[in-house]
Amino acid sequence: MIAPPIRYISIIICFLLVIYVFELVRRKHLNEEYSVGWLVTGSIMLIFSIFDGLLKWVSELVGATLFTSTLFFFGLMFLVVICLHFSIRISALTNQVRRLTQHTAILYHEKSELEENIEKPGYEVPDSHLEKL
Amino acid sequence: MSQTIHEAQEIATAMAASLPQYPDTIILIPAFNEENNIGFVLDAIHREVPGIPVVVIDDGSGDKTATTAKAHGASVITMPYNSGYGVALQTGFIYALQHDYRLVIQMDGDRQHDPKYIKTLIQTIRKEEADVVIGSRFLGVGNYQSSFPRRLGINIFGRLASWITGQKVSDPTSGFQAIRGNAIKFMASDFYPPDYPDADLIIMLHRFGFKIREVPVLMHPNPDNKSMHRGHKTIYYVFKMFLSIFATILRKKPEL
Repeated sequence: MIAPPIRYISIIICFLLVIYVFELVRRKHLNEEYSVGWLVTGSIMLIFSIFDGLLKWVSELVGATLFTSTLFFFGLMFLVVICLHFSIRISALTNQVRRLTQHTAILYHEKSELEENIEKPGYEVPDSHLEKL
Repeated sequence: MSQTIHEAQEIATAMAASLPQYPDTIILIPAFNEENNIGFVLDAIHREVPGIPVVVIDDGSGDKTATTAKAHGASVITMPYNSGYGVALQTGFIYALQHDYRLVIQMDGDRQHDPKYIKTLIQTIRKEEADVVIGSRFLGVGNYQSSFPRRLGINIFGRLASWITGQKVSDPTSGFQAIRGNAIKFMASDFYPPDYPDADLIIMLHRFGFKIREVPVLMHPNPDNKSMHRGHKTIYYVFKMFLSIFATILRKKPEL
């Protein structure tokens, strides 16, 4: 089936990847949300590396001449999905940071204005605007 | 009886006199490193339209923009770091929305926009009952010179915006505008494109059903000759604008 060296290397790498990702989740260095893609990719690659009959079957199904290309092709596909997922998350985070920045700036402005004026006689504390945030 | 009517009239006249000329109006000026210009601009505004509160949004300037603006009578909102023109401007709109301002004038702090035309913007928005009035430098007042690529960009996106909105948009990049009512809510919302609010913003406003008008204003050449769009950013800007316009017209008609 696949040449033994690449098969063992593949098994070792996928195994280490799955273990390492799991360890990162356990230590809370990686959120569960982000670990899913890596675990799924790693596990599937691992299964294909171990059971090369399955890999042969898929290769014939998609018409790949080399079993290793099937493995790397699907690996690459998963990476594309993971990267796209990251771009989506980064966009959401960027928007959230923008909102936070804007509201922080406004709150800081109102705080310093209050501090400046609160001691002055006759100053009325303005109504709260917070409910509209 | 007639005495009381007379008194009531007197009170009404007195109240009308004490009412500010421009109620619920605020001027927003996003500024980044404008310590040399902001004082001049603020003084001119106070001369032209005294009594309108001015908020300078200091976009993480490294110089004394904030202190200078404060010394010249403006309120200052300081962004914690430089976050770009659109983000700073939107901060001002959120502030205006929270404080129930009904009419917002946005202008630049670099002496490009002549404060004399604030009155023109306000009069136009009232007379035309528009939601947004854009001060255009290409409608006959003054003789604004800018670089060729910039003119080309303004021309292309102006034509595109005119074609899509079905009305003439001669200066889509103008940052000298008057916005009122629900359009303020739109500007503070997530629909607002915060990196380069431009032709795509005008198309979005049109899609929301806001009434847009243009009015000629005088714009001076930028004394520091800096622009928001430079170098490789120009290519990104053109790409982003096409993509944003295309995405906007393909979106379902949005609702606030």
